[in-house]
Amino acid sequence: MTTIFDLHDVAYAPEQQPILQAINLTVETGEFLTITGPSGSGKSTLLRLLATLLTPTSGTIEYAGKPQGDYDKVTYRREVSYCFQQPSLFGETVADNLAFPFAIRKQDFDEDKAKEALGWVDLPATMLNKKITSLSGGEKQRIALIRNLLFSPRVLLLDEVTTGLDSDTKDIVHRLIRDLNAKGMTIIAITHDEGEIAAADALVDIVAGRLEAHHAK
Amino acid sequence: MQNNLIVSPTALGLAVLLVLIALIINFKEHIGLQKDIIIGVVRAVIQLTVVGYVLTYIIKVDRVWLTLLMVAIIIFNAAYNARGRANGIPHAFVISLVAISVATLLTLVMLIIAHAIAFIPSQVVPITGMIASNVMVATGLCYRAMNSSFHDQRQAVLEKLALGADLKQASISIVRAAIRTGMSPTIDSAKTVGLVSLPGMMSGLIFAGVDPTKAIMYQIMVTFMLLGATSLGSVIACYAAYKQFYNADLQLR
Repeated sequence: MTTIFDLHDVAYAPEQQPILQAINLTVETGEFLTITGPSGSGKSTLLRLLATLLTPTSGTIEYAGKPQGDYDKVTYRREVSYCFQQPSLFGETVADNLAFPFAIRKQDFDEDKAKEALGWVDLPATMLNKKITSLSGGEKQRIALIRNLLFSPRVLLLDEVTTGLDSDTKDIVHRLIRDLNAKGMTIIAITHDEGEIAAADALVDIVAGRLEAHHAK
Repeated sequence: MQNNLIVSPTALGLAVLLVLIALIINFKEHIGLQKDIIIGVVRAVIQLTVVGYVLTYIIKVDRVWLTLLMVAIIIFNAAYNARGRANGIPHAFVISLVAISVATLLTLVMLIIAHAIAFIPSQVVPITGMIASNVMVATGLCYRAMNSSFHDQRQAVLEKLALGADLKQASISIVRAAIRTGMSPTIDSAKTVGLVSLPGMMSGLIFAGVDPTKAIMYQIMVTFMLLGATSLGSVIACYAAYKQFYNADLQLR
């Protein structure tokens, strides 16, 4: 197994406000790492650092053997895809959202691929033309998730994406994520869900901006 | 036709009564704009008096360099005022200066080449003021719209960046909306010109005794000129300004 993320003494303290301190962490390619910890402990900040949406104020993050700073940010973010908690959908319809990953790659929208992707999360192909204002929270979350997955990123960063979902929808999302991981996609997921924590392959606790424990199973 | 274009000091004094009405309404209704009204009135009197004497001198001596200096001063002041509406957007003065200069000078040159106006101070200076002030308002509106959209749509912009959008792809909907906002007063006034308002240029010519059918020709030219200039200025300002909302790591500031 090769290392995909290597964090050395990573800290994030904008304007001298420490949010994350002295994080040392290694993530292997194909690993499914679960991050947990109290609200406000810095978990989302860590994920945003991995996604290059924030830059560490000290320390280094290496991705696939090279410092993050060596990568073109746009290319990197297409490989390391960050899925937000309570995502916002763009435009007016589901199609507008699933067309976005194609548009930013200057490719024509592949409707068949988008319909197939809706199937990954048990949504009907007819949903493509549905207005986003008529979607439930669970539908929005699933569409945001497949928006990240249409071009198969190498790493998927999940920020409490199952929070607030009913148990059936959670199962659908869990199944998809497990499938992707089985196919080799590296998954790093933040969760407060006890079931997800109990089922974790590898678990990291972050408390008050510090990595408290790293349990590998 | 009798042209009574001289406003006597007595007439101006009586017009002050209208300002007093505005002040009384403000005071009674607790609107709180009394200070701004007084500052506005004092500034208008001083600025217009000074500019009246300056214009008289510039028109009298009729020197190219002096006319160009006046054009430069108008553009500089417009950019300075537009920056004031940028609410912290970095490099807003330089962006405004480029947007207002290009929009104003290009429009001015086209009007001169087309012989719509002559390169004489009495025509170049007022037309420059007209163009620059409209572009200034348009860029100011663009900045305000961008500031509010980048604030309100922060999450959506972050998500677009996270999906691998470049800065333009992440911002384009905000940029387009800001350009629309910047241009909307000019478009609205183009739609209602003659129906709701008889604009300054046309009114001035009619006041001066010019046949209204000839005055409208000038007004049509002004309408086209302002449409062109505000769209050019808005596009330049918005395309230069949206990048200022990000840092070198392609992250939202």
